[in-house]
Amino acid sequence: MTAVLATAPPRARRADGITATGVALIALWAIVAVVLVLVLAHSVSAERIDAYGGRIFTGFVTTIELVTASVLVGAIISLPVAAGRLSKNRIVGTIAYAYSYFFRGTPLIAQLFLVYYGAGEFAGGLKAIGLWWFFRDAFNCAVFSFALNTAAYQSEILSGAIRNVPHGQREAAAALGLHPFVILRRILLPQALIVALRPYGNEVILMIKASAVASIVTVLDLMGETRFIFSKTYDLSFYLLAAVFYLVLVEALGRVVNAIERRITRHVRAPARR
Amino acid sequence: MSNLFDLLRFGPDGWGDELLAGALVTISLSLATLPVGLVAGFFVALGKQSADPLIRVAAQIYTTIFRGIPELLTLFLVYYGAQSGVSTVAAMLGAQFQISPFIAGMVALGLVLSSYASEVFLSAFRGIAAGQYEAATALGLRRPQTIRLVIFPQLIRLALPGLSNLWLNVMKDTALVSVITLNDLLRQTAVAVGFTKQPFFLYGVACAIYLVLSMVASLGIWRVDVWASRGIVRR
Repeated sequence: MTAVLATAPPRARRADGITATGVALIALWAIVAVVLVLVLAHSVSAERIDAYGGRIFTGFVTTIELVTASVLVGAIISLPVAAGRLSKNRIVGTIAYAYSYFFRGTPLIAQLFLVYYGAGEFAGGLKAIGLWWFFRDAFNCAVFSFALNTAAYQSEILSGAIRNVPHGQREAAAALGLHPFVILRRILLPQALIVALRPYGNEVILMIKASAVASIVTVLDLMGETRFIFSKTYDLSFYLLAAVFYLVLVEALGRVVNAIERRITRHVRAPARR
Repeated sequence: MSNLFDLLRFGPDGWGDELLAGALVTISLSLATLPVGLVAGFFVALGKQSADPLIRVAAQIYTTIFRGIPELLTLFLVYYGAQSGVSTVAAMLGAQFQISPFIAGMVALGLVLSSYASEVFLSAFRGIAAGQYEAATALGLRRPQTIRLVIFPQLIRLALPGLSNLWLNVMKDTALVSVITLNDLLRQTAVAVGFTKQPFFLYGVACAIYLVLSMVASLGIWRVDVWASRGIVRR
C-alpha cells in the first residue's frame, strides 16, 4: 500500500525551475560564443581588414542584389503560375502544377548547373538569337535559375493563400457587381496577403541561404568571396565570419516580417490589455 | 537524339551505371541523415518546452543558428572545421586521418534537419491535449512511458506532414555534399559532363532522377501516414 502512496501524481502545473542541465547547456553556448569572439579577434588584423574587408563587403552586397533580383523576378513569374494553379482549366492547371513540381522537387544546385553549363553548351545558339550577353555572366545565370525556382514556391504560397479566403467573400463581391479584377485586388489579395506574409518571409530567408550555392558557379557573393579568401589564407575564421553575417541578415529579416505582420493583423487581434 | 540516350548505357562506354551508383549514394546519405536529425530534433523540441527557462533558451539558440546559416556554409564549417581539428589531433598522435565527406554531410545535414524538425515536433506537441498527459498519469504511467506509449504515436501523425517536407528537403540538400567531393548523383553527373560535354542533357537526366526519388519518397510517406492514422476515422 505504501508503494502506491509513495508515487503521488505530479503537480498539475510545475513552477519554472532552473536545473543543472539548463545551466550546463547555457554555459556551453557561452563558451562557444567566447571562443567565436576570440577566434575572430585573433584573425582580424589591420592588414587583413585592408586586404579582405572590401571583398567581404562587396560579397555581402552581391548576395543582397542576387536575392532581391531573384525574389522580385520570381514574384512576377509566380503570378501566371499561381493563376494556372487556380485555373479551372484542367490542362492549364496541370502545366502549372508540373512547373511547380519540377522546380520544388529537384535541388536548386542542379537547376543552377543545368542553366549555367547548359547555357555554355548552347552558346552558339544563344549568340544567334542575341541572348549570349545575358547567359555569359554567372550572376545572370544564378538570377535566372533562382527566379524560376522561387517562382514555383511563391506560386504555391500565393495560390494557397487565395484559396484560403472564404468562398463567400468572392460571391458577395460578385453579387455587388464588382469587376473580377477589382475583386482580386480589393477583396481577395488583401485577405490572402495576411496568410501569405509569413510564408513569403520564410521564402526570402530560404532564398538568402540558398543563394550561397551561386558561389559554386563562380559568382562572388558573400559565400564566394569567403571561399576565395579561405583559398588564400586557409583560415576557417572567415567562414565563421560569413556565418555571422548570414545569421544577422536572416534574423533582421525575420524581425521585419514580424513587425509587418503585427501591423497588418492589428484589426483582427484582441486589443492590448491595460 | 538516340546518340544522347546512348550516353546513359550501362557498362564502360555509357554513364548509366555511374549515375545509378551516384543515386545510391544520394539515397544512402539521405537515409543516414534522417535518424540523426529526427532524434536530435525530438530532443531539441523537448528542450523547447522544458520547465527550465535556461534549457528553453539554449534550444532556441540552437535552432536560430542552424536555421539561419546557409546549408552550404554549415557543411563547409563541419567539413573543414572537423578536418583541421582531426588533423591537429592526428599530428599529435603521429597518424593521418581524413574526414569522409559522407560523415561530414551526415553531420551537417543532420544539424540543419534537427533544427527544422524541432519546430515541427514542437507544434505537434502543442496539438496534443493536456488531458492525454493527465490520463496517462491517472493510469499510473511514468513520464518515459507516457512519452513512448501515449504521446509519441499521436505525435508522429501530427508531425508527419511537416516532417515529410523536411525529408524532401534533405534529399535535395544532399546535392550540396557533392561540392566537398562526395560521389553522389550530382557529382557523378558532373564527371560525366566533363567527359561527354553534354551538360544540358545530363543535368536534365540528373534532375529527372531527383524527381523520381522525391516521388518514391512521397509514396513512402503516404504509406507511413496511412499507418500512423490507422486509429483515426477518415471523413
